[in-house]
Amino acid sequence: MTATNLGTGPAPGPGTAMPVLDLRDVTKVYGADAAATAVHALRGVTLTVERGDYVAVMGASGSGKSTLMNIIGCLDVPSGGRYRLDGLDVGGLDERRLAILRNRRIGFVFQSFNLIPRMSALANVELPLAYGGVRRDERRRRALAALAEVGLSDRVRHEPNALSGGQQQRVAVARALVTAPTLLLADEPTGALDSSSTADVLAIFDRLSRSGRTLVVITHEEEVAAHAKRVVRLVDGRVADDRRRAPVDAPPPRLGHGPLEGAR
Amino acid sequence: MILEVLRFALRGLGANKLRTGLTTLGILIGVAAVITLVAVGNGSSKAIRDSIQRLGANTLTVTKSTTGRGGRFGGGGGGFRSGGAGAGADGQAAGPRTQARDLTMDDAKALVDKVNAPSVKSASPVVNAQQSTVTFGGASTSVGQFVGTTPSYLEAADRRIQSGSSFGDDDVAQGDRVAVIGSSVARDLFAGVNPLGQRFTASGVEFTVVGVLRASGSGSSGFQDADSVVIAPITAVRGTLAPYGGLSQILVEARDSSMVDRAQAEVTDLLDQRHDITGTAAADFQVTSQAGIQSAVADSNRTFTVLLGAVAAISLLVGGIGITNIMLVTVTERTREIGIRKALGAPRGAILGQFVAEATVLSLLGGLLGVVAGVVCSRFTIVGVKPVLVPSSIVLALGVSVAVGLLFGSLPAHRASRLRPIEALRHD
Repeated sequence: MTATNLGTGPAPGPGTAMPVLDLRDVTKVYGADAAATAVHALRGVTLTVERGDYVAVMGASGSGKSTLMNIIGCLDVPSGGRYRLDGLDVGGLDERRLAILRNRRIGFVFQSFNLIPRMSALANVELPLAYGGVRRDERRRRALAALAEVGLSDRVRHEPNALSGGQQQRVAVARALVTAPTLLLADEPTGALDSSSTADVLAIFDRLSRSGRTLVVITHEEEVAAHAKRVVRLVDGRVADDRRRAPVDAPPPRLGHGPLEGAR
Repeated sequence: MILEVLRFALRGLGANKLRTGLTTLGILIGVAAVITLVAVGNGSSKAIRDSIQRLGANTLTVTKSTTGRGGRFGGGGGGFRSGGAGAGADGQAAGPRTQARDLTMDDAKALVDKVNAPSVKSASPVVNAQQSTVTFGGASTSVGQFVGTTPSYLEAADRRIQSGSSFGDDDVAQGDRVAVIGSSVARDLFAGVNPLGQRFTASGVEFTVVGVLRASGSGSSGFQDADSVVIAPITAVRGTLAPYGGLSQILVEARDSSMVDRAQAEVTDLLDQRHDITGTAAADFQVTSQAGIQSAVADSNRTFTVLLGAVAAISLLVGGIGITNIMLVTVTERTREIGIRKALGAPRGAILGQFVAEATVLSLLGGLLGVVAGVVCSRFTIVGVKPVLVPSSIVLALGVSVAVGLLFGSLPAHRASRLRPIEALRHD
């Protein structure tokens, strides 16, 4: 297998200086700021993620990691602080520009897969390209390539309910990759999977990281975090611990240990 | 991109075929109802117009007016009252109840006047018998109209003889008990027997059949059966089947259909003189032309058609509300899908377009099928009426159905497009 052609767009070069993610003292408050009922989900998070890094964000439930994921994914806007994605300040953008940003720069992988029912795997993977205005034959080609990367070439015509959980999540990963995004953002990607499917998905993440993709994985599982080059722990809406396990330009620490790797 | 959005809409509709079908049915029924009912209204109005036309376009009907009162009588009848009107008629007219005078045989005769009424071709006095059951042998049938009149009536009322002949002026003068019968009576009373020369009985009075009328063909118009008729000399009917007294009406035939208005003026003048109506006094008679009846009927028919159309339009509106309802359900049901699409970068316009397109495809589909159903329904005779399609109603119904889809689909679509992705994704 050739790891270098993972992903469908041009792999980002290592020499780019600008960080992919640059959060400065980001806060998020739900409810009125001064009111007693206000919930401070994020109390000032500062986080920089370099291109090619593989970061696991960990934390117990209520630590603010879902809120952080929404803000990083441009699904929500911070209450305070500054957030730059790929050098672009997200703070002042309207809904339309946020939608374009999500479409071009971010690939989402959700805990519950979030494939659209009654649409084939191929159509699901093509969806972000359709909204990005990519031509039909080009779309088809790229979607098929992305599905091949996750090992599902023989399942392109299947609808989600005909696929196992692991296969659905791999379709979701293909969908996240197909636009060649700057950042692959996964929210508890293995939370709904059994151990063998988990290993499959993590192996795919490892390969993506080796080929230079930037990954941010939100998780509460140590097993998942063990694959990352860097582990950030959130406690009560603040970064409590930030530990690097491997250099940014090195391969991920557990590469090659996954069962999928051996099976191939 | 627009093509993609349309494809998503069609896929959404295809995913729930039963629901799509039922919602479409709502619009289908509405559109089909509008087209069919307007066609039925139009058809019945045309049928009535035709049957009035068949009565003869150039005739006038003079009837006694019960609303107008001869208020200007002064001396209970001036010198013009000569003429020797029938004694019975005069007796009634002089009654204390009203000053209005009955129409008499002499009124009818006076209308045929080459000098004072050059436009009048003929004037036929008419009495309608009260008894309308006729018997022959063991058979009996009730006739729609038992008319006592003069031979000129047949031409004025556009009645053609199929076999035999009409009765003549001699028969009228002598009070011969002869009759011309309509085709329905011939069929019902003389089943299998040649009616000519046969004698039938009405209230103990025997009449000999001398002629049978040609079928007028208006039997299916939902109107009174025009072929269920017996026509006999007025002198034979009066005093036996109908009381002496005033005429039911005088049927006046103008020389030409273009002279109907002039004939109406002449008849009115003559009768004004004979009945001593002067100045502003309300006449005790009324002259009605077929054109007047026709326009009155057309008016009431238009109202009828508009009412039918309005009822149908309501069902179209209900169909539209059905679309709103089902689209709201769809949007709620697919909130998560909307969230996914938005997370993947679908702009608001794409979501809005997808749901508006779904609603519009629903209504357009229903509208087109409704047009087909409406046109097919209009080929059948409905409650005795042959519907006549109104092309503008098809265009209107189709246009309204599409507008309904756009209008009623835009509320749910707008709601969908405004959903925030994180909340939509959290939705189960």
